[in-house]
Amino acid sequence: MSIHNVNKDKTQLKVSAIKEGTVIDHIPAKNLFKVITILGLTKIDTLITFGTNLESHKLGKKAIIKIAGIFFHEDEINKIALVAPEAKLNIIRDYNVVEKKIVTLPEIITGIIKCYNPQCVTNHEKITTRFTVINKKPVTLKCNYCEKIMQEEHFIIQ
Amino acid sequence: MSINIKNNLKNKSLVSINDYNKEEQTYIIELAKKFEKQEYQNILKDYIVATLFFEPSTRTRLSFESAVVRLGGKIIGFSDLNTSSVTKGETLKDTIKIVSNYCDLIVMRHPLEGSARYASEISKVPIINAGDGANQHPTQTLLDMYSILKTQKTLNNLNIFLVGDLKYGRTVHSLLMAMSKFNTTFYFISPPELRLPNDYKHYLENLNVTYYEYSEFLEHIPKADIIYMTRVQKERFSDPIEYEKTKNTYILTNDMLVNSKPNMRVLHPLPRVNEISIDVDNNKKAYYYDQAQNGLYVRQAIISSILGVI
Repeated sequence: MSIHNVNKDKTQLKVSAIKEGTVIDHIPAKNLFKVITILGLTKIDTLITFGTNLESHKLGKKAIIKIAGIFFHEDEINKIALVAPEAKLNIIRDYNVVEKKIVTLPEIITGIIKCYNPQCVTNHEKITTRFTVINKKPVTLKCNYCEKIMQEEHFIIQ
Repeated sequence: MSINIKNNLKNKSLVSINDYNKEEQTYIIELAKKFEKQEYQNILKDYIVATLFFEPSTRTRLSFESAVVRLGGKIIGFSDLNTSSVTKGETLKDTIKIVSNYCDLIVMRHPLEGSARYASEISKVPIINAGDGANQHPTQTLLDMYSILKTQKTLNNLNIFLVGDLKYGRTVHSLLMAMSKFNTTFYFISPPELRLPNDYKHYLENLNVTYYEYSEFLEHIPKADIIYMTRVQKERFSDPIEYEKTKNTYILTNDMLVNSKPNMRVLHPLPRVNEISIDVDNNKKAYYYDQAQNGLYVRQAIISSILGVI
């Protein structure tokens, strides 16, 4: 669903268009708040609107976030691929979509999630976690410290 | 070739068995043969090795310390937390930072998984992992490989039986990863509750390694080249009745070895409780005491390679 469709069909999504900024679409509804946490959106003071539990053929229920005045750096936005691998970005300038992007999962995930192994040293000392992506679909990570392997259901956003 | 390997191993920490590739693992076990022939040398006379045991493991510590002392090196360290600042609340980071000023190599055992990897990132000197929780104990794997090579004269094309707790057994997981590169056929024998986790089965399947899975093993014993026994611990069972029912299935007795191959040897990482009956000890196929002794030579090979004195 593009930003234009969203605007046309007001019964589907009643969130206003933004003049400048980023729209993140195709977020699995259950991971909306994880995306908000990963991107640090709770610390931003510009206008943010979001809708969730929207119908989606691909995802079942999806969420969308519109962030005014913010354009993310690629490294930063790619972090959300952990929980929203299908996410699509629309870069908006003067109410128009000027660029579309998809997210790509980095090979190493640094510091976003906690290791689920309670015996892992990263849960006992102040250490930035580091995981190697060993599989992209489903996203599977190996902790670089305790070497435990985990999948999405075990991801705890820090 | 071997000069490249020597350079690769020098000053490099050994945290996980996969830190050494197949050639490097083979190099270490070949080098161990030389130390077995000459275990007393003076090549470490200018070196200090710290053994930091954040949890006790007397045999592993003594094996490392004996390996160093027989090569003329000096030992500093602690063998239990009561004699270290950790009890005052010092972080692992600070302990490693400080101790790495005082020595040329750190051998550490720690109850937390990943602690040795973390230590290797902050230490000025290389780290040898002597066990980090249930994660890795690479020198055990290398001494197991050395014991297999010594008793079978080859590492290739063997039938290796891994028996007991295959779910939680750290030594089993590392050994299967290392031996999977030598065209091994594995026989996994365990109670249903303690079967090998699927991650490891997928690992083997990706490498096209043949394996069989059984819950009892008497009828298969004649095929074995190596029977690697491990302890089945009562506390691993969710149902105590299940433990009582299965515990005797995984006890190896001398009469079970009657039809085993002449070259077959029984290994065990020790400590043993009752999973190998004492009547096996006098069978020439019982190799676990020699296996422990082999640890000395393998550790001498690893320490000398990391310190670059060989």
